[in-house]
Amino acid sequence: MMSIFSMPADVFLGQLLLGLINGSFYAILSLGLAVIFGLLQIINFTHGAQYMMGAFVAWMLLHYFGIGYWPALILSPLLVGLLGVLLERTLFRKLYNLDHIYGFLLTYGVALVVESAFRAQYGVSGQPYRPPSALSGIIDLDFMVLPIYRLWVVAASIVVCAATWIVVEKTKLGAYLRAATEKPVLLRAFGVNVPRMIMITYGFGVGLAALAGVLAAPIYQVSSIMGGNIMPVIFAVVVIGGMGSIGGAILTGFCLGILEAFAKLLYPPAASTVIFIAMILILTVRPAGLFGRTR
Amino acid sequence: MAMAPLETRIAAVNGSAGRGKAAIILLVVVALAAAPYLIYPMFLINVLCFALFACAFNLVMGYSGLLSFGHAAFFGSAAYISGYCAKTVGLPAELAILVATSCSAVLGLVFGWVAIRKQGIYFGMITLAMAQVVYFIAVQAPFTGGEDGLQGIPRKALVSGMAPMSDRQSYFFVLAFFLIGFGIIYRIVHSPFGHILRSIRENETRAASLGYDVDRIKLLSFTLSATLSGVAGAVKAIGFQLATLTDVEFFMSGEVVLMVLVGGVATMTGPVLGATIIIAMQYYLSEFGSWVKALHGMIFIVCVMAFRRGIVGEIGAYLSRRRG
Repeated sequence: MMSIFSMPADVFLGQLLLGLINGSFYAILSLGLAVIFGLLQIINFTHGAQYMMGAFVAWMLLHYFGIGYWPALILSPLLVGLLGVLLERTLFRKLYNLDHIYGFLLTYGVALVVESAFRAQYGVSGQPYRPPSALSGIIDLDFMVLPIYRLWVVAASIVVCAATWIVVEKTKLGAYLRAATEKPVLLRAFGVNVPRMIMITYGFGVGLAALAGVLAAPIYQVSSIMGGNIMPVIFAVVVIGGMGSIGGAILTGFCLGILEAFAKLLYPPAASTVIFIAMILILTVRPAGLFGRTR
Repeated sequence: MAMAPLETRIAAVNGSAGRGKAAIILLVVVALAAAPYLIYPMFLINVLCFALFACAFNLVMGYSGLLSFGHAAFFGSAAYISGYCAKTVGLPAELAILVATSCSAVLGLVFGWVAIRKQGIYFGMITLAMAQVVYFIAVQAPFTGGEDGLQGIPRKALVSGMAPMSDRQSYFFVLAFFLIGFGIIYRIVHSPFGHILRSIRENETRAASLGYDVDRIKLLSFTLSATLSGVAGAVKAIGFQLATLTDVEFFMSGEVVLMVLVGGVATMTGPVLGATIIIAMQYYLSEFGSWVKALHGMIFIVCVMAFRRGIVGEIGAYLSRRRG
């Protein structure tokens, strides 16, 4: 049998795929965080809660209204994104002139309210959410059996990340966005409505989190603690990638998912800590992160 | 001699202020001594431990301007280590606390060394991520008792002649540590070092240009804060006879931020008041389960939006407005 890095090829490929699946979620979530940070200079602590809400809205749509996966894939991010816009309009906006620490603390408070409320209402156990019938089969690849849904998640995540990257880096809208990041006052002088841009950007970032939640619902089940569990990992991904780099966030997300999967194979107890340890090591060598610029 | 009356006046004012201060101290001493006979001692033990934790945290959040989101790592690991030393190794409580505190100091030095060069939000994210490593070690290590944690930690101290202490005796045991810790923090804040810390918080570049080694001073303050948080955690494990994952998990790091924020950032008594309020809420509203945490979140939002000085800070600002 062929072997890669002294492990059988099927084990290697299987682990690679597992890593890509986790990495898909890390990539979308840290991408949203990076987009929001770019413009608002706020680390959105509510991101995990919004990811959880995305999954819960999909589950509620099915449970209470009989609306299935495909409409939920659009509706849930829209709804949660709108809630995000509301949050930005009512609360965040008042803190922009203060130290960004306050924005960080505010988003933490909101996350605490949302996650505790869901926890009080639905407990901590997961609600099952079945993938749509079109994606629920498996593919037999000889060396491993692969659920189609997981392939879909990886593909969808790559498309979403690539599309976001293109919009931000290659379009006129993205140019405005980047200009607003660098010199918001100047851009306003040119007649661009920067506050509205900030609002839409926040809504978009939150929508991305919710989309990740819908994608995750059939894999991880829908639970009130799913956001709180993933949040520290996403922070580590963002720190490793270096803030403000969209491409860096995406790439780091996928890479760390893969790293985690191989750590699980080589030494299972390390799986939950390997990303944090990688963060510590990388920070000591490159304080600004892999793709970040020193400020 | 036009100056003489003025000097006498100043002396008189200082004298009356001194008498007022003495009266307050006397009142506090009486209240602390009487408290365990009026209020459930275990509740008081909890309040004292978290008050010390919050004061220690305030040293970095308030006086150094570093928002750590990983202080549960120091508090929780110290609770486990002191619990393990007292229960499994059989050390007297004082030695167990000493061992645990030393470990927190080392841990604080490591955290600080990695995170200190990053500012603001980055600092919070990095400390949070590092604290997760400690959390997962607590989940997986064989000596932490997993989900159950360490229960029934003995309260055998040298001062009690290695006999188990009662709840009330434990209260005074914990109170002693609290007062020592509080005294140390008071000395740090009011020392020249404390002034340098505040100058770095206000204007780091300026402080550096005056010749201060900013990173080293911040690292020292962070390590001191971690050490004192360790004292709080270690004493809590003995006084409460319990060390669990709750002590080391990420929520705990958020809770101590809330305590300081509610009471008053960069005030001496604010964290004590904040800790008392938050612990009392948990204690008396425990039947509402997760809704208490949601309420904490709402208080968080209110504090950040409208109440950034905290209770003690607002009172201080009100008094100085009236005076000035």
